[in-house]
Amino acid sequence: MIDAKTLEYDFKEEELGFEEPFKQEDVPLTTGEKISLGLVALGILAFVVQLLGSPLQGTWAGFLLAFILPSIGASLYFWLSYKDTVPGIKHNNNYYRSLLARGSLGWIAGIVMTGFYILLYWWPKYLEGGIRMTDPLSGLLTGGPANQWFLYGLLYTIAVTVFGIRMFMKYRHNRYQKIRTASVMFFQLGLAFIIPNVLKAFNQPEYYFSYFWPLKYDYLFPSSFSYFMQSGSGVGMFFIFWGLMMTFLATPVLTYFYGKRWYCSWVCGCGGLAETMGDPWRQLSDKSTKAWRIERVLIHAVLVFIVITTVLLWINSSTSGSVFGSYSFTLKKWYGFYIGAIFSGVIGVGFYPLMGSRVWCRFGCPMAAILGIFQKFFSRFRITTNGGQCMSCGNCSTYCEMGIDVRAYAQKGENIIRSSCVGCGVCAAVCPRGVLKLENGGTYKDRYEHSDKPVTAFLDSIRHI
Amino acid sequence: MHIAIIGNGATGVAAAKRIRQLQPDWKITLISGESDYHYSRPALMYIFMGHMSFKDTKPYQDHFWKINNIDLLRAWVTEIDHNNKKLTLHQKGQLTYDKLLIATGSKSNKFGWPGQDLKGVQGLWDLMDLRSLYENVKNAKRAVIVGGGLIGIELAEMIHSRNMEVTFLVRENSYWNNVLPKEESMMINRIIRHEGLDLKLETELKEIEGEQNGRVSGVVTNKGERIDCEIVGLTAGVSPNTDLVKETGIDTGRGILVDWSFRTNAPDVFAAGDCAELVTEGDLRNVIQQVWYTGKMQGKVAGEVIAGQDSTYDPGIWYNSAKFFDLEYQTYGNVSNVPVQGEHNLYWEHQNHQHSMRIITRNSIVIGINVMGLRYRHKVCERWIREEKTLDYVLDNLKEANFDPEFYDKFEQEIRHTFKEMAA
Ligand SMILES: Cc1cc2nc3c(=O)[nH]c(=O)nc-3n(C[C@H](O)[C@H](O)[C@H](O)COP(=O)(O)OP(=O)(O)OC[C@H]3O[C@@H](n4cnc5c(N)ncnc54)[C@H](O)[C@@H]3O)c2cc1C
Ligand code: SF4
Ligand code: SF4
Repeated sequence: MIDAKTLEYDFKEEELGFEEPFKQEDVPLTTGEKISLGLVALGILAFVVQLLGSPLQGTWAGFLLAFILPSIGASLYFWLSYKDTVPGIKHNNNYYRSLLARGSLGWIAGIVMTGFYILLYWWPKYLEGGIRMTDPLSGLLTGGPANQWFLYGLLYTIAVTVFGIRMFMKYRHNRYQKIRTASVMFFQLGLAFIIPNVLKAFNQPEYYFSYFWPLKYDYLFPSSFSYFMQSGSGVGMFFIFWGLMMTFLATPVLTYFYGKRWYCSWVCGCGGLAETMGDPWRQLSDKSTKAWRIERVLIHAVLVFIVITTVLLWINSSTSGSVFGSYSFTLKKWYGFYIGAIFSGVIGVGFYPLMGSRVWCRFGCPMAAILGIFQKFFSRFRITTNGGQCMSCGNCSTYCEMGIDVRAYAQKGENIIRSSCVGCGVCAAVCPRGVLKLENGGTYKDRYEHSDKPVTAFLDSIRHI
Repeated sequence: MHIAIIGNGATGVAAAKRIRQLQPDWKITLISGESDYHYSRPALMYIFMGHMSFKDTKPYQDHFWKINNIDLLRAWVTEIDHNNKKLTLHQKGQLTYDKLLIATGSKSNKFGWPGQDLKGVQGLWDLMDLRSLYENVKNAKRAVIVGGGLIGIELAEMIHSRNMEVTFLVRENSYWNNVLPKEESMMINRIIRHEGLDLKLETELKEIEGEQNGRVSGVVTNKGERIDCEIVGLTAGVSPNTDLVKETGIDTGRGILVDWSFRTNAPDVFAAGDCAELVTEGDLRNVIQQVWYTGKMQGKVAGEVIAGQDSTYDPGIWYNSAKFFDLEYQTYGNVSNVPVQGEHNLYWEHQNHQHSMRIITRNSIVIGINVMGLRYRHKVCERWIREEKTLDYVLDNLKEANFDPEFYDKFEQEIRHTFKEMAA
């Protein structure tokens, strides 16, 4: 006989029954944490005061107060809040926190971040106060006044650094995460912030060594070539050489040996921001097959778009515009506007708190598309699964920022070879049964052991849409 | 042909999938009173701790069932009439079947403690329990968990994640040492205390005390100590859930008695997974396996038999894994908690108490491996044990089995040295 209490039970998934009203952290803050948050608040205050025209604006004191003070405060806060915890996975209460689970705070964060990008791209004049506050640093690095891109680069680098420190603390038991985080911090600070700005000081073209075509799409445009050539010295030639080499040589070779992670979660700035500031929201990525289908269509469409644009621009420039006239320029403009600005910036970062940290990388980035094709068909990288140890809990899928249903493979004991996997290693970190391991196999053939072949898997996934 | 399966857990689902593979046209109905869709029971704790939402714990997307043409029926079965091949459903009429698989899982043990039905006293097995826990933690400050097994420590971790005080009563003199060898068990004691839990060893529950309104107010231990608490977690093991088959003429022992092809004594009625007790010939004890992977394996074989194949269950080489707070544990083969005559125990533990390895040999042949704070490859360990590799071979090839993430410290060298010395 089944007891009456059991028969009464009626669990409705739609009503969940397990959701709680979002709650604030009920752990009281320690004095140290209060002080560090105080520093952040003070910094914000200093920022607002200067926006309103305080004479501090444009001075070093003003700069330090508005940018460095809150950065120190936030880093200190992350350090303090993790330092006394036992090293391990720190995902308690993620689904109960409004900011992290699309509650009202999450929406506010999304709107603020999206708003910032809209101002940045289309109404930079409203950021004028902020831009002026960065003049001292800009003067030091570039020798000239700042523009909105300098402000943007600075905030970006600060975000990667501060949240990088958070990653260090959160994953201090995991050396893969620590090294990877150090790597993205290094590439952002050095190659994507200091070097390009210092190049400006030497009257050289601003060049980002860590971005290549097709992500930095204009690096292989004819206009960039002529611009780099104009700079006279060999430096411009070197930039052209570097760009070609990275796109056509380094990309396939490194991806063959290490998978696309060598770029996406170790070097790339977009990836760097996603892996640091985006980390708290990684669980929001959509894991459904429907999302996967949209992803495949979109990302490859963007790739085709940028390839066509680039080819047309070259045909155009070599025929002096006689074949396509101004069409190629229109394409270039569209790409810059819809993909370069709206997709990669506004949606890509602005929607972190709503759609997870890798919206751009997953649905839009043409570089990811190319790397993904190599990864899927010609790479030694794969995630192997540990026999029958998987108990289908779903942590891996939940915390995959690329929305890969890792569990679907793990519970069958199959290797995971997905073009979108950026090799962040978080699935392996969160797995409570030690089932997943990122590996560079000996050859690219044996990685399909116990796993679907790419073509079969592809056909299968279409059949199952 | 209509197959009815009671229970949509690991076992029921594995069976349904296998039957569908072998018999594309048969009708399959997967019945559960607990949830519409199959979910991962071991993930219950992560829902409560806010790592995942309920829907994240579903191993298959909802459209999977439609694609595979497996009918899902949300209902409690209240009666099995195997003579007329008919099930009675609570408030949902009746269902006839041609073949029936019972995969009703386990239920928490209750030992008739005084006060065990008070409000705030609960076990942890299913969504009903999880829901009670959400109710019970409201305004609670201290919980007492009774029973030092895998579910007990999970429940302790869950409640602890809400910043509540947790007292953990363990009957043995070290956590789970009726399964784990002393050293591993002691590593976990240390972890539990380091997390700030109040671990009381060699302590048993005597009585649960309540208030006028029927809510629990505290417990009394066998040592006469009274502990105030608002929640009591009863996690003193689980037993096969045989509620449904009692008095139906289907034989039960501790579980539903089946042969190694999962047939019960009733025609066309099968049972598998946690609820089944495999009858063993001779003097050996009957086998009851209550873990996730055995559920999957048993379900698969039961599915084959139901679909008309001639399969018998081969449990293979035992393995399992768990996580105690942040300490991962894996075991392969035969590792008993106390030294066994004729077996040789080699144990290494890192001085930081975060990593350990144990290898058990018999006549220099490796028969069991335990690792804590290390990840080892299932396939490799299994192969070693199956192929009866010698200790020397295993030690020389230890690296091959390491499954830790890249850049992690490797201890194989040290372990090898230590064990070679010990063995010499
Ligand atoms: C908190 C927790 C953690 C665990 N962690 C692990 C782990 O880490 N590793 C591991 O290997 N195992 C773990 N287990 C054990 C594992 O979950 C079980 O071994 C496994 O779920 C058994 O599967 P099953 O399909 O046999 O039974 P169950 O999963 O119990 O499924 C039986 C289903 O049948 C339903 N049912 C019962 N009676 C009726 C009826 N009369 N009418 C309709 N439906 C009915 C039940 O409601 C239930 O949904 C854990 C269990 C718990 C509770
Ligand atoms: S599959 Fe794992 S490693 Fe790859 S992107 Fe997802 S979480 Fe990162
Ligand atoms: S996190 Fe690990 S155990 Fe859980 S579903 Fe993923 S691979 Fe399986």
